[in-house]
Amino acid sequence: MGGAESGAISRDEHDFAFWEKRVDALVILAQARGLFTVDALRRVLEDMGPEAFETMSYYERWVAALNQNLVERGVYTVSELGARMERIAERGVTYGEAADE
Amino acid sequence: MPHDHSHEMSPSGHPYRTDDDVPLSYWQQMEIAIREILIEKGVTSAAEIAAQVEAMDARGPANGAALVARAWSDGEFRALLMRDAGAACAQMGFDIGTLKLIALENTENVHNVVVCTLCSCYPRNLLGLPPDWYKSRAYRSRTVREPRRVLAEFGVELGDDVEIRVHDSTADMRYIVIPRRPEGTAGLSRPELAALVGRDAMIGTGLARVPGAAPPGG
Amino acid sequence: MSEPADGAPLAPGTTVRVATMMPPGHVRTPVYLRGRRGVVERRLGPFPLPEELAYHRPGRPHDLYRVRFTMAEIWGAAAERPRDTLEAEIYAHWLRPEPTDAA
Repeated sequence: MGGAESGAISRDEHDFAFWEKRVDALVILAQARGLFTVDALRRVLEDMGPEAFETMSYYERWVAALNQNLVERGVYTVSELGARMERIAERGVTYGEAADE
Repeated sequence: MPHDHSHEMSPSGHPYRTDDDVPLSYWQQMEIAIREILIEKGVTSAAEIAAQVEAMDARGPANGAALVARAWSDGEFRALLMRDAGAACAQMGFDIGTLKLIALENTENVHNVVVCTLCSCYPRNLLGLPPDWYKSRAYRSRTVREPRRVLAEFGVELGDDVEIRVHDSTADMRYIVIPRRPEGTAGLSRPELAALVGRDAMIGTGLARVPGAAPPGG
Repeated sequence: MSEPADGAPLAPGTTVRVATMMPPGHVRTPVYLRGRRGVVERRLGPFPLPEELAYHRPGRPHDLYRVRFTMAEIWGAAAERPRDTLEAEIYAHWLRPEPTDAA
């Protein structure tokens, strides 16, 4: 994206939410286990295309890229993830409720 | 830091992004699911994840500032930092892991600024997590084309006699800018010097503070 | 394009041109530098190739260089200040030496 037309730089900053920090931690730990490298993460982020930049936050894109790599490496299957996500959604309506079994 | 987020401002003075007072999102569900599966399969553990988050919270730009302050006051160390930044970090007792680091020294004639146009590479071990703007499309696309306008937005105006050198962190190296030591700092101790060195000065979108001057806005 | 890593290392100061190819997929050479001429600032040494690592392949070592460009070379007449410079890390197989007098 270097050199592309773009508007003003927003300098608002926020402290990362707990789930965002956990995504970051999982990416680092999965790499430390040799499951994939940062390049594979970047590849998936790039393949999402420019519209993902508009519609998804930074860590939303990261968790999607983490998932893609773990599926590619056979750590779990797509339906394993799907079933788990469904069960998690039943636990509660907020992150705090759903994150604790 | 446990998950008892207050809904006020954080210690760094920025608003917390809410976790618990908005509906659970699809991507949050995915994070919880991946985390639980990885723990069940023994890829990692809850304790390891917690330790990683804790380490993240503990990190800020302090190590980078200490590095700069020492480079300002110790000529031999400065030479080592410029020659082999990894060895200089080791000498300070900073663990930078597998990170390959290059120090870029600002001079009277050259001002360095760092960007990663391909993603958001950043020397986290020395500066903490990158600010939102560093990861933004606007910063990443504009800094390589119009660095002077970008720096002006950050309040840094450079004369036409100064060369701006943009560093696109495209592959395996990470960069830290060593800002120029401000005038009037001859008698200061190393911690006092470090207090003049903010995060943005080490990215190149800021300068070191002059003692007694108000910190830049933002 | 010349073959990767089979020639002598490029010395600092060597004028090089970045390849113009536009393959799909993950590469670490920014599009805005393709076809541009710069000067080797330093050799960073061999690194596992991201083009392979990105696809879960082992990543054979390839030489990586820092290359310096002028803004005039990158952006032409649109350069904000032509004499400002930019440096990026580029793998050897994306670089082709050029006669220095052309720089």
